Amino acid sequence: MIGLEIHAQLLTKSKIFCGCSTKFGASANTQTCPVCLGLPGVLPVLNKEAVNFAIMMALATHSRIEPRCRFARKNYFYPDLPKGYQISQYEQPLATGGQIEIDVNGDIKRISLTRIHMEEDAGKSIHVGTEDSSLVDLNRAGVPLIEIVSEPDMRMPEEAVEYLKRLREVLRYLEICDGNMEEGSFRCDANVSVRLVGETRLGTKAEVKNMNSFRFVQKALEYEITRQIDLLEGGGKVVQETRLWDTGRGITVSMRSKEEAHDYRYFPEPDLVPLEVSIEWQEEIRKRLPELPDEKRDRFIREYEIPEYDARVLTSSKVLAGFFEECILEYRKPKVISNWIMGDLLRQLKLSGVDVDESPLKPFQLSKMIRMIDDGIISGKIAKTVFEEMYKTGKDPEGIVKEKGLVQIKDESEIEDYVERVIKENPTEAEAYRGGKERLLGFFVGQVMKLSGGKANPAVVNEMLKKKLS
Amino acid sequence: MKITRKEVGHVSKLARLALEEEEIEQFTRQLSDILTYVEKLNELDTRNVEPTSHVLPVKNVLREDEVSGSVERGKALMNAPDRTEEFFRVPKVIE
Repeated sequence: MIGLEIHAQLLTKSKIFCGCSTKFGASANTQTCPVCLGLPGVLPVLNKEAVNFAIMMALATHSRIEPRCRFARKNYFYPDLPKGYQISQYEQPLATGGQIEIDVNGDIKRISLTRIHMEEDAGKSIHVGTEDSSLVDLNRAGVPLIEIVSEPDMRMPEEAVEYLKRLREVLRYLEICDGNMEEGSFRCDANVSVRLVGETRLGTKAEVKNMNSFRFVQKALEYEITRQIDLLEGGGKVVQETRLWDTGRGITVSMRSKEEAHDYRYFPEPDLVPLEVSIEWQEEIRKRLPELPDEKRDRFIREYEIPEYDARVLTSSKVLAGFFEECILEYRKPKVISNWIMGDLLRQLKLSGVDVDESPLKPFQLSKMIRMIDDGIISGKIAKTVFEEMYKTGKDPEGIVKEKGLVQIKDESEIEDYVERVIKENPTEAEAYRGGKERLLGFFVGQVMKLSGGKANPAVVNEMLKKKLS
Repeated sequence: MKITRKEVGHVSKLARLALEEEEIEQFTRQLSDILTYVEKLNELDTRNVEPTSHVLPVKNVLREDEVSGSVERGKALMNAPDRTEEFFRVPKVIE
């Protein structure tokens, strides 16, 4: 059984309780102030936009926004936590009871969300070499986070990874979190337990941390599940503890240092007044919600009549979906465009390691090229070359076709020459074809296309071959 | 006694307080006295009273999302017992 706790950094300009910048990558300890440094006598004031973003996520996941919530202090000592407590939410979170739909190899499953709450991030500890000290950068202390807690609804590591991907997709669609796992703006902790078939009670869980990519989540969960099963089958017991994923060794390791600290002694934060999100406020935020991945997917299927699989791939990112729709505006051939995007474009983007929004090939260029195929100016085969060239140079398809002399040959007399030559050069095959081996037609088409440098119009070639060979 | 020596030991450990034996003894007694005193509140019927976390009838105190500036690094690090040019320096945290 797997339950996940996600921490997502919100893309506000300023921190959650003070006016320090949240910009990533600034020089250490240059974005702090008495509030986020935890100096005595200061008062936190809640950032309205952070609340708006949290409400957006709650609405997007069909959560129930509590009419009244409040903040609490979570007490523990750690060098990157300047106040000795983290301002979080405990008994009264912002939202409860949401859900996310996941699709694992065609199986649709609903994952329930226990809660979504707001809290502040801690600073960053840097452990240097063998020295007996650690360094602390407090730029991140006070950056707004939402924590999204799921029920232990997932059974397989694949489900957990899919859930994470879906959640990240929604956050990115909402443009409230950049979802970067490596940089830590989207972090995941997992509660893992196992139980015998038929058992209804949950087993003792271990919490796994430090998985900063989808691949590591998959591996860490696989490892942890096997570890617990082996432990139980060997007559042992699972201990409730926090374990760290060790990427280098590919195992999870017990983190004993945190055991006693699990007594957080939460109490209401006296420095912050309660927060009441009215229905009006919710509705105001609802108006700001963009079309969400599920809605977009359904619309693509309905409006463009493309298969569900295509719609899922195309809506997996907002930018990719935008690229697709821009192509359609230029030339309404949804399925053909979808094929080119899912095949050639995504492959090229992956090869060059760039995101869709940095694609050297623009949507209108792809559409123009497809129109040229339909107009018979270039063949589908030539189009592959044109596509690669467009991607490499960013030039328009017409230019490339002209420059490289790729225009399709429609001139029948020229094609006739090729056809006659090919038949003459392959008398055995020609005889066999006439004797009933019609499958050989493909062979002849191939030969003619080769001879023409791929420029002959395949439809014309086909017709002519059939005529000449009969 | 409202609170045990063991609980006082646990709480002091969580608060990183190193207490002597007689201090634990003393605090156990004093904390128990306080708890006994506060327990008087239980005589009131509060079944229909919402738990109060704040005494003022104020809600939704919010600020706009605007960057209003930070202090310079030199000032931020000024009170640190130990530091480098750019960072706070703390005893090694080993995980």
